[in-house]
Amino acid sequence: MTDIRYLAPRTLDEAVAAFAAAQGAARILAGGTDLLVQMRAGVVRPGLIVDIKKIGEMTEIAETPEGGFRIGAAVPGATLAEHPRFGKAWPGVLEAINLIGSKQVQGRASPGGNLCNGSPAGDSVPAMIAAGAVVTIQGPQGRRTIPVEAVPAGPHRTSLAPGEILVSFTLPPRPAGASDAYLRMIPRTEMDIAVVGLGASLTLKDGVVTDARIGLGAVAPTVLLVEEAAKALIGSRLDDAALEAAAAACRAACRPIDDKRGTIAYRTRVAGVLLKRTVAIAAARAQGGN
Amino acid sequence: MNVITDKLRVEDNKWIGQRTIRPDGADKVTGRASYAADNTMPGMIWGKVLRSPHAHARIRSIDTSKAEALPGVKAVVTAKDIVDFPLETSVLLGIQDMRWMCRNVMAREKALFHGHPVAAVAAINEEVAVAACALIEVDYEVLPHVIEIEDAIRDDAPILHDFARFEGKPSNIAGTMTAKLGDVEAGFAEADVIVERTFRTRPIHQGYIEPQACTVSYSADGRATIWSSSQGQFMVRAMTSLLTGVPQSNIRAIPAEIGGGFGAKTIIYLEPVALLLSKKSGRPVKMVMTREEVMRATGPTSGSFSTVKIGAKRDGTLVAAKGDFYIQAGCLPGGPLRGPVGCAFAPYDIPHVLSVGYDVVSNRSKVAAYRAPGAPLGAYAAESVIDEIAEQLGMDPLELRLKNTARSGTKAAYGATFAKVTFEETIEAIRDHEHYKAPLDRNPRPGVRRGRGVASGFWYNAGGESSAQVNITEDGNVVVTTGHPDVGGSRASIANVTAELLGVDHGRVSVLIGDTASIGYSNLTGGSRVTFASAMVVTQSAEKVIGQLKERAAKIWKIDPEAVHWENGEARPAGPNAGQFPPLTLADLAARASETGGPIGAGVQLNTAGAEPGFATHVVDVEVDVDLGIVRVLRYTAAQDVGRALHPSYVEGQIQGGVVQGIGWALSEEYLYDRQGRLENAGFLDYRMPVCSDVPMIEAVMLEIPNPKHPQGVRGVGEAPIVPPLAAISNAVHDALGTRFYSLPMSPPKVLARLDEA
Ligand SMILES: Cc1cc2nc3c(=O)[nH]c(=O)nc-3n(C[C@H](O)[C@H](O)[C@H](O)COP(=O)(O)OP(=O)(O)OC[C@H]3O[C@@H](n4cnc5c(N)ncnc54)[C@H](O)[C@@H]3O)c2cc1C
Repeated sequence: MTDIRYLAPRTLDEAVAAFAAAQGAARILAGGTDLLVQMRAGVVRPGLIVDIKKIGEMTEIAETPEGGFRIGAAVPGATLAEHPRFGKAWPGVLEAINLIGSKQVQGRASPGGNLCNGSPAGDSVPAMIAAGAVVTIQGPQGRRTIPVEAVPAGPHRTSLAPGEILVSFTLPPRPAGASDAYLRMIPRTEMDIAVVGLGASLTLKDGVVTDARIGLGAVAPTVLLVEEAAKALIGSRLDDAALEAAAAACRAACRPIDDKRGTIAYRTRVAGVLLKRTVAIAAARAQGGN
Repeated sequence: MNVITDKLRVEDNKWIGQRTIRPDGADKVTGRASYAADNTMPGMIWGKVLRSPHAHARIRSIDTSKAEALPGVKAVVTAKDIVDFPLETSVLLGIQDMRWMCRNVMAREKALFHGHPVAAVAAINEEVAVAACALIEVDYEVLPHVIEIEDAIRDDAPILHDFARFEGKPSNIAGTMTAKLGDVEAGFAEADVIVERTFRTRPIHQGYIEPQACTVSYSADGRATIWSSSQGQFMVRAMTSLLTGVPQSNIRAIPAEIGGGFGAKTIIYLEPVALLLSKKSGRPVKMVMTREEVMRATGPTSGSFSTVKIGAKRDGTLVAAKGDFYIQAGCLPGGPLRGPVGCAFAPYDIPHVLSVGYDVVSNRSKVAAYRAPGAPLGAYAAESVIDEIAEQLGMDPLELRLKNTARSGTKAAYGATFAKVTFEETIEAIRDHEHYKAPLDRNPRPGVRRGRGVASGFWYNAGGESSAQVNITEDGNVVVTTGHPDVGGSRASIANVTAELLGVDHGRVSVLIGDTASIGYSNLTGGSRVTFASAMVVTQSAEKVIGQLKERAAKIWKIDPEAVHWENGEARPAGPNAGQFPPLTLADLAARASETGGPIGAGVQLNTAGAEPGFATHVVDVEVDVDLGIVRVLRYTAAQDVGRALHPSYVEGQIQGGVVQGIGWALSEEYLYDRQGRLENAGFLDYRMPVCSDVPMIEAVMLEIPNPKHPQGVRGVGEAPIVPPLAAISNAVHDALGTRFYSLPMSPPKVLARLDEA
């Protein structure tokens, strides 16, 4: 029965100051759909909760001068779905975020929370990695930006330093012929945790892949950027050989565990299957389908 | 879809068969309904249970002194406080043996599973109670444990109970049950085709939404009131009485609305503990289980390990069937052997049958009933083997079943000789259904294969004790009270029956569930008995009330009661000879009740009989994603003889619900244990029950063939629909893939591994 203090600062500076001062006893609260569940289960017992939803920069969706997007870390999935242009540019990122939980959960759950929770099975993370998102982080030492794939450090661990808060995701502008997709394998049709999740972002010119990024989740201690898979696709016309090489690269990247959610053999197999299926969807979207 | 095949005079029914608004509906959808955990009382404190961290351990001692010293703690109980039922003498309450129940609510000599209660604390709030539990020191001698059936029946298995003997040796087989007909070996000698297979299934939780909860207030005068949700307030009273020593007359059990039970709430966990905590503390005590406690420590149904062998003649005549069913009981004896042993072959007329069940204990929570307890396990094995026989004989699986159905006069191995059997009708309903005839696109897309399967099922159904009271209010309306918790819409059915019989508008009938002090003894809501039994006692009560109403009218008119008719809610003179009087309505007679003889109302208490068994036949289409190993159910049609659907929505609901639970059982649900014998998936995230989007709309084909032994023709409907799905889905997967699974669930890793072998 420890008392919990709750703060909802209006500025990032205040939030960072309070968060840093609490020295590890504090937790950031975005949507709370992980944090509150973990508190209830007795897994975490924070002395201070810093709610970041009152901070403008963290709840905004902005279009950058270069033509990309900057998404506040605490923007709920439902808000992102309502944005008139975001889903057209990044259908894969949006579908990944919108797969989180149910309608009720969507009203709260944020991509920042999904990333900072550090679950290897977080759905939005592979899609963000595939998108080449860069995150802005603010801490007692000021601001820095790093690629999104540099945030996860292990199951339920991130590379954020003490006192640092994830502020936003910046997604690059989309050239013509580019699109993305996200698929996950879950035993049920919804309300489940990814056994494998895969995000693919592709750019095609005249049927040839000119750029590709693949993010792979739930098959290793952290979500992975699978550069070998991307290499196998770039320069190809997504012929069977290229797809099989990319699938093989995904399988090779897997370092899964056997657990109640899936076996090593199963996860590894499925990583290759999802690569092919996700790439097919992204390619169809890039070529004008949806 | 309703198929009415017999003369029910349904055209005369105004309310029976209507989809009326359920009496408890508005409160439930607006959140006003009061479930077990909604009760609070002045001065109430909270109880929490300390549970064993070990799967198997001898309890050397328990020191509760530190917990008792914690400020805010009001009482602590251990097994010492629960009435001890010595191992030598069985004391039964229904099918429950108090020797096992007393050890289940609180571990006595040993903790038998991870999560077994060892002590309980009542304190001023939940946090203090939890903190106090952590201060209780239990000295355990950890023992080797065993979880799976095949490990538990090995010669070198750790033995749970010294008293259990099998074939003269200490064993985890705590009992057996046999059903026998003819000479099975002679039968197999006549067979042209014999198929013998071994099947495995995992324990499955009932998955009710409402966790077990209760509030118990024990007063200074030795009287206790229990508010809890259960499948029988009289069971709550009797079992709490037995386990605490408080006489039944001093316990009043008040049933709350129930958020699902599916059989599991036919036993109790918390009530005796809360009563003792209340007695010790002098305060009302509330206890509410967490979902994790529900999953860990309330009974799932059994896993099974079964071998079934069936022999047939070349023309498809089944000549012999043998079943060996090893059924998990959990940590204490009492697995549902009767389900597989009696039901597996019951739908068929097979001259030679030998069916043996083995009650296997292991270090899991004690099983509790789950819809048609045990029957799905037997049907899974038997109906899969029948499918293989049909395949080997090149026969349509429904034709093979039709050729062998039990008929009236057929003797079942479990002992009954059937009176009227309606199995054939369910098979024909599926055979003639558009679903069964529809062409199936077997390879709709690359990587996807589809298949179709059928299976049938049987459940005994039940009658038993029920009580009802029908009272006419002073303003001429109707209040019906029965003694059964309403789990599946029984109040709605009773309202229809009462309105029909009294000839009044449905809106003028209120149906309530009495507590143990306000209505006569009524047995559990379970075994598909409640609508059957309560409609019977309500009918007899209503008939008595009509008799009284006629007498009152006769008195007013000064004519003979025989000369009065009751029609459309009014008393009328029977004919011109009886005299010329304007009709007297229910309201007229109620207004004059005092002057004509006093209050109008009647009750009936009966041990009901005549519940004829239930039969069901199902067809299902599945689709398999062969790259991911995912099986999805595309279409499902379930035909069942429902007797008379008093309220069709709740009959459909029973059928659809049973099928959905069967789908989960077949495809995704299972209890997973780690090496220490701890349950790994004690929550709905990793215990995968189907969600809405996992299942198609299930078509319920209700065959209304009236049960001649019931006033409205009712036949129990709640259990039969969960019996066929396991085999039906497995048969459909076989049809899709050409390879057959002999264990459940057919989860994606298992399916993919099999496809890789092929
Ligand atoms: C019913 C249900 C279903 C779910 N289904 C899914 C699913 O399908 N897929 C999936 O991936 N997840 C699922 N989740 C988990 C959860 O909803 C997601 O991870 C969600 O994205 C978390 O976001 P949040 O804003 O609620 O995070 P919070 O709970 O607020 O935070 C999560 C963690 O990140 C930290 N944190 C949050 N924001 C920041 C920040 N800006 N800077 C630093 N640290 C921060 C918090 O301190 C906390 O430790 C489900 C949860 C529930 C309850």
